[in-house]
Amino acid sequence: MSERKIGTASGRACVLRGNDIDTDRIIPARYLMCVTFEGLGEFAFEDDRKEAKGNHALDDERFNGAKILVVESNFGCGSSREHAPQALMRHGFTAFIGVSFGEIFSGNCTANGLICARLSPEDVTKLMESVELDPTQEITVDVESKTVSSKAGTMKAEIPEGVRNQLLEGTWHATGVLLDASAQIEATARQLPYVNTFVEISD
Amino acid sequence: MELRERLGRKRMTSPPGKKMFFDKVWDVHRIIDLGDGFDLLHVDRHVMHEITSTDGIEFLDNTGRTLRNADLNFATPDHVVSTAPNRKSDSIPQFTHMITSMRDNSKKHGFTLFDLGDERQGIVHVIAPEQGIALPGATLVCGDSHTCTVGGVGALSWGIGTSEVKHVMATQTIVQRRPKTLRISFDNSLSKNISSKDMILYLIGRLGAASGDGYAVEYAGPAVKSLDVEARLTLCNLSIELGAKIGQVAPDDTTYEYLNDRPFSPKGGLFDQAVRHWRTLPSDEGAAADKEVSIDASAIQPQVTWGTSPEHVVGINETIPDPKSADSDVKKRAWEAALKYMDLEPGKPISKTPIDIVFIGSCTNSRLSDIHAAADVAEGKKVAKGVRGLVVPGSGLVKKAAEFDGSAEILRNAGFEWREPGCSMCVAMNDDVVASGKRTVSTSNRNFEGRQGDGARTHLASPATAAASAIAGFICDPRQLKS
Repeated sequence: MSERKIGTASGRACVLRGNDIDTDRIIPARYLMCVTFEGLGEFAFEDDRKEAKGNHALDDERFNGAKILVVESNFGCGSSREHAPQALMRHGFTAFIGVSFGEIFSGNCTANGLICARLSPEDVTKLMESVELDPTQEITVDVESKTVSSKAGTMKAEIPEGVRNQLLEGTWHATGVLLDASAQIEATARQLPYVNTFVEISD
Repeated sequence: MELRERLGRKRMTSPPGKKMFFDKVWDVHRIIDLGDGFDLLHVDRHVMHEITSTDGIEFLDNTGRTLRNADLNFATPDHVVSTAPNRKSDSIPQFTHMITSMRDNSKKHGFTLFDLGDERQGIVHVIAPEQGIALPGATLVCGDSHTCTVGGVGALSWGIGTSEVKHVMATQTIVQRRPKTLRISFDNSLSKNISSKDMILYLIGRLGAASGDGYAVEYAGPAVKSLDVEARLTLCNLSIELGAKIGQVAPDDTTYEYLNDRPFSPKGGLFDQAVRHWRTLPSDEGAAADKEVSIDASAIQPQVTWGTSPEHVVGINETIPDPKSADSDVKKRAWEAALKYMDLEPGKPISKTPIDIVFIGSCTNSRLSDIHAAADVAEGKKVAKGVRGLVVPGSGLVKKAAEFDGSAEILRNAGFEWREPGCSMCVAMNDDVVASGKRTVSTSNRNFEGRQGDGARTHLASPATAAASAIAGFICDPRQLKS
């Protein structure tokens, strides 16, 4: 099973400032009882937006229709809920640019074909300023060359090599690949005491 | 900061043939080297709760796949269950379907379920070690970020997303990027009445909430070695709040003694065989982590958070920091926003801050030793007027043990509510919610904005500090109440 190949993401950007923005803020826990991810888009950052009374970046008219979210450090830390990247994806984002990302969040992004590109803190500051100055400009994240291009110039981005290849080759979907490695799974499992001898086999 | 510099500077390589604990376990679980630092790993144990397993089961049903190895899959409801006395599956009607669907799926797919009404039911990360499901050197995953908790028995464990849950169910494997290793050595001894919760909050305060990103953390050193297994589970629990998916303590005699005779631990001769295997797992003498950090454990005081990130933490006798002293603009803004949300003033002592609620529970601090720590402080005293105190044991077995040994009675007599096991007010998905603007001292792991309820103000602390604060009516150093 092969998925869509993801070489670039481009579009207008939205600037969301703040370190350590956790997944509880991206999608509050009350939405975890949703059976499917459909319809989550409108609830992205619901409590933050309510509290900001229209002043949240996602409600900023200048950023309407943005496809790329520019953030600071440790974005998506906290709970492993895949609802977080799902809500942002359904809100319209296809890529995230920031200083760093919560590790489970960025893994969940890859599993959904979303790009997390890291820039140096200086470049993130420059990019944020540039987007705020001209929110209509088009930003491009190029997975192949690992760069981010904007009016602020072309910046070198960090995307782990394996993630880059999964996106480029269309093998990012976690359940789309490797289900046929059964013999190899069996061979490794046979050597693991936790599978054969240590486990209590049910009747 | 000096520690951060040290964290960044030290890069070590192990001599040939010398391996870290983490590397030994990872390597034997590798099925295929996928290149670029990614491996396909075997998953020895998959544990589920009612929130993140539903999608996985639907995926199996919709694609005609089956659970690859039902014997290695375990489940319990914890996130949305009511914790009220005499609770039932339908106590909170909007969640009934999540609990019953797990029950139906257990019958259909054959995984082991610790259901409501079963004394083995509880918080996944509490019952996995309690039942002997989590074992040293075994890989264990769960759709929950606090799966790192069971690294406390030496399991290689981490939290996964829904897509990964589906993959694990269908293949009993997972694709993972190999993290680097970070060894954090707690040198010297802890002072009296300091808990592992204080150790980990102190560490996060010193290093920062993103400092573990990309690393598997091993907690080592004499102050860790002397912790019992329950305290090690607490230590590893907040690895994710340090930014690391994985946190571990290498197994030793303390671990083996804890695991002996657990229901799902190997039995008899097999246990001896297992111990022989486990003894080969700790890091080789001379092996080096990619980064090494040392912390002086003797300097640690009771910790309490003041802000909205676990790194916003101070010693209980310290003052609330001033954003003017933050070392960057981003941090200054974050501190200002946190102080506003928490309604606190910089420069004031954190202790004596009046509180409304005390929550003792969660996968961080709901084990028998945590209940004991709270009962020690509360014995013969009363919860302050106007304060609501909740104690939510982590499993039915913890609850039973505390009722048997009298600690539950001490807490009840002091005026604490003694509830049924579940995640409760940590994730606030059920009806255990902190009302907007109310202030709580909580033994859980996340003080994020809105985590315990919209507008809730959370101060994270140890069970002893939480109990002392409940009795005082304000944030209180437990050592003061004891003397």
